[in-house]
Amino acid sequence: MNKVLWPILIALTLSACGTTGSTPATVEDRTGGTTATTATTAAKPAGADSTGVNGNGVAGSVLPGEPGDPRKNPASPLSKRSIHFDFDSFVVKDEYRPMLEAHAGYLNSKRDSRVILQGNADDRGSREYNLALGQKRAEAVRKVLSVLGVSEAQMEAISFGEEKPRNPASTEEAYAENRRTDVVYGDE
Amino acid sequence: MRRNKAACGLRRQGRHDAYARLTFESSHLIEIPAPMLRAVLLFPLFCLALLSAPFAARAAMEIQVVGGAASQIAVAMVPFQSAPGQPAPALTEIAGNDLERSGQFRRVDVSGAQQPVAPAQVNYGVWRSKGADALVIGQVAALPGGRFEVRFYLLDVIKQTQLAALSYNISAAQWRATAHQIADIIHEKLTGIPGAFSTRIAYVQKQGKRFELRVADADGQNPRTVVRSVEPVISPRFSPDGKRVVYVSFEDKKPVVYAQSLQDGSRRKVAAFKGSNSAPAWAPDGKRLAVVLTRDEASQIYLINADGSGLTRLTRGGNLDTEPVFSPDGQTLYFTSDRGGSAQIYQMPAGGGESRRVSFSGSYNVSAAVSPDGRYLAYISRDEGRFRVVLHELASGQVRVLTDTARDESPSFAPNGQAVLYATVLGGRGILGTVGVDGKTRARLSESGVDAREPAWGP
Repeated sequence: MNKVLWPILIALTLSACGTTGSTPATVEDRTGGTTATTATTAAKPAGADSTGVNGNGVAGSVLPGEPGDPRKNPASPLSKRSIHFDFDSFVVKDEYRPMLEAHAGYLNSKRDSRVILQGNADDRGSREYNLALGQKRAEAVRKVLSVLGVSEAQMEAISFGEEKPRNPASTEEAYAENRRTDVVYGDE
Repeated sequence: MRRNKAACGLRRQGRHDAYARLTFESSHLIEIPAPMLRAVLLFPLFCLALLSAPFAARAAMEIQVVGGAASQIAVAMVPFQSAPGQPAPALTEIAGNDLERSGQFRRVDVSGAQQPVAPAQVNYGVWRSKGADALVIGQVAALPGGRFEVRFYLLDVIKQTQLAALSYNISAAQWRATAHQIADIIHEKLTGIPGAFSTRIAYVQKQGKRFELRVADADGQNPRTVVRSVEPVISPRFSPDGKRVVYVSFEDKKPVVYAQSLQDGSRRKVAAFKGSNSAPAWAPDGKRLAVVLTRDEASQIYLINADGSGLTRLTRGGNLDTEPVFSPDGQTLYFTSDRGGSAQIYQMPAGGGESRRVSFSGSYNVSAAVSPDGRYLAYISRDEGRFRVVLHELASGQVRVLTDTARDESPSFAPNGQAVLYATVLGGRGILGTVGVDGKTRARLSESGVDAREPAWGP
């Protein structure tokens, strides 16, 4: 077992899994989920398209997709989709524990749901090496979810390397923003 | 290094040979459609892009040459004469640019001097007084059926001997190819090393949000787009015979390795396993590839047949292993690994076995390329925050920095081993450059308004 993983796993095991699956899904999200739309560039056109439908904020309107989807509830940790990493690091930090527990709970409760873990890297150095670095970040998240009981068949860890930067600037801030793994559901 | 080959007299090249070498493959374009929604929204734009593509594809690259070898060979090139009213292609310009880009040659001003078209007309005294070591003369004659004959002579001004004389029967589409062949012959006769001017390069061009995989002549001219996509394309590599190209495409929302014929445009997925598939490298036999997969563990190196069959795992251990490349004899794989705690170059037997660290200086050495004679590696080394191309002599372990830029990537050797092609960033824009293995001559291939990256030099 990867030694990098142990501290977080121990932390996860010790913590009570109170948040898992128990999110009250009372607030309906009509925006389509801002975190989801930023998770991949491919999702952006869909997000842009939906703004025309929502118009003047009429409450209770029926959405395309799943009304009441807890993954789109901004109050739910399931709406959090990005795990950021320190420079040259592949350790999933403690602050992401509630979020990953929530996703594990969701995936465990819906065995037909699939999740793609998209690793990313900043753009310094070799593209192929950065692809592998992004993969390490995706694998780190996959291993945490696996320990939390998520079946391997429900997960795919892939990397975009430096190819799809969320922030294309060449600043430390942008680099930090791009060193991350995004959790993207197959049905989104 | 100068090893003049024996004067060869008037040697007419066999027609078949000339044809075979000059025949262009037609490159068929793979158009990867945008996701459906986007395709609908952007349809008018898309059409416009398609219409403008043929023009864009001909946009010329500018070439800037800096520096040169200490003792350059002075070549006088008299513009080839055409009959009045006939095309007068810039053959000597194209060949002369090739030679200058190599850094081994210096062109002698030919203005005001005699303009001979055949050896018997040459007054060697004139050219000696102009400081020329060698003289190139020639002429172009129209043939029936829209074809042309190009004759050229390479003369040793000092010895007053003929070094080469060739005739090409070509179509009007082959001017540039002919000029590159002439430059190749001049390079070989005067340096003893074959030129690499008739070879091609592949690279990825990014324009806005569109990615194009392009194949161009070694001087960056005559680019043809072979893949167009709204998703990134990286890591193109020519097959050893130059007939196919492998690359990594993100069109499937993850990295997948594709192989594509440059002859008919047909393509197939070579590696599309669960996880990421990347970093393809051809074995010298052109039948197998090394690839990097994450299906079993993070980024490990595998061998796979070019048709996607016969997967064999090569590296183990859970560290990050990537960027494999074969030695020319196919016996050794060089690759990048973080197994020692930082990114370094390693080598291992291509059949599997113990690996050994190759690079030792610095904390970031990546993207190894092997010279055609197997004696050198070129790779990217980080030093004080700068990423530069270095040349590593394997026998001695001696490492020399070749470039003076800061964001170099993707080095690959010229097929004759005399230069390294790489990508770098200048003025916020990706450009391609070549540097001689002596580090003295650098040339930039750039096209205004586009971002070029991921170059690979091919046959």
